[in-house]
Amino acid sequence: MTTTHDPAHGTVDHGDHTHGGTGGADPHAPIENTAGEPDYFDVLQQAIRELLVEKGLISADEVRAMVETLDAHRPALGSALVARAWTDPAFKERLLADGTAAIEEFGIDNYDGTKLIVLEQTPEVHNLVVCTLCSCYPRPVLGLPPDWYKSRPYRARAVREPRALLKEFGTEVPDGVTIRVHDSNANMRYLVLPMRPAGTEDMSEPELAALVTRDTMIGVTTPRLP
Amino acid sequence: MSTRFVEGQRVRIADRDAPGHVRTPVYVRGKEGRIERVLPRFLNPEREAYGVNEGTDVRLYRVRIEQSALWPDYDGPADDVLELEIYEHWLEPADHSPTEGA
Repeated sequence: MTTTHDPAHGTVDHGDHTHGGTGGADPHAPIENTAGEPDYFDVLQQAIRELLVEKGLISADEVRAMVETLDAHRPALGSALVARAWTDPAFKERLLADGTAAIEEFGIDNYDGTKLIVLEQTPEVHNLVVCTLCSCYPRPVLGLPPDWYKSRPYRARAVREPRALLKEFGTEVPDGVTIRVHDSNANMRYLVLPMRPAGTEDMSEPELAALVTRDTMIGVTTPRLP
Repeated sequence: MSTRFVEGQRVRIADRDAPGHVRTPVYVRGKEGRIERVLPRFLNPEREAYGVNEGTDVRLYRVRIEQSALWPDYDGPADDVLELEIYEHWLEPADHSPTEGA
């Protein structure tokens, strides 16, 4: 399994549903999960996988274990990481200086070998992450990307009109705040470190983590008190 | 190993067509920006995609481009920027003629 890029057309089979199937060979077709027939890329993936297993290059158990690893990584890992950064200034400093080293220190298995850059939201700068070429995503800390992240409208509009796009996510970024869009197009992966909301001074680390949703770590929204 | 560009330097992203597994999005080709930071060397994906790994590693940079330089009709604040990763062979010094360089 290649570790550098996450092709939008790659398909991960989770048994009851798939990720990334494009519904046919047309690259402009919308990304949809259809319950019925396997699509072109489902069939291609299955054929290659069966050939590799048959030739003894990989084992069926390795494939299963990789899917298990992919599924084991969920946004909760990123949420816990952010809550730690909010409560431990020295850790936050290390996280911003070298994201890859800091997540390994935190105990997150950086299974795909990518390098992580952590982007700090501030009162002056709002960061937003996208991958215009495919679906590169900080999988070790956030798991698999949501379907909208892989959709063509999100990928195009995040770089073309980020403010209008964010408004549709319910996120109004004032004109006095700079928007920094990060196109995750090559070897690095990006995690947004949101700002800790006011009024959370007495909250515990797990309580704080509950405020840090997946979308706040992509930069399409901000954490709020319930 | 030396790097061709330094942090803060103005650069131009090459405007050329290239087939294969190219990681330079079309919308930034021919655009100018500044080196935001110098990153490590990585295998050249244009070669790696075809199984050629040995000796193909190239320097990677993060380039910051003003949104107004990408989209002439961009209607957000002038400070809005886009940042992305560009391999060294796609970069030219911005103060040289556009035809020079890789």
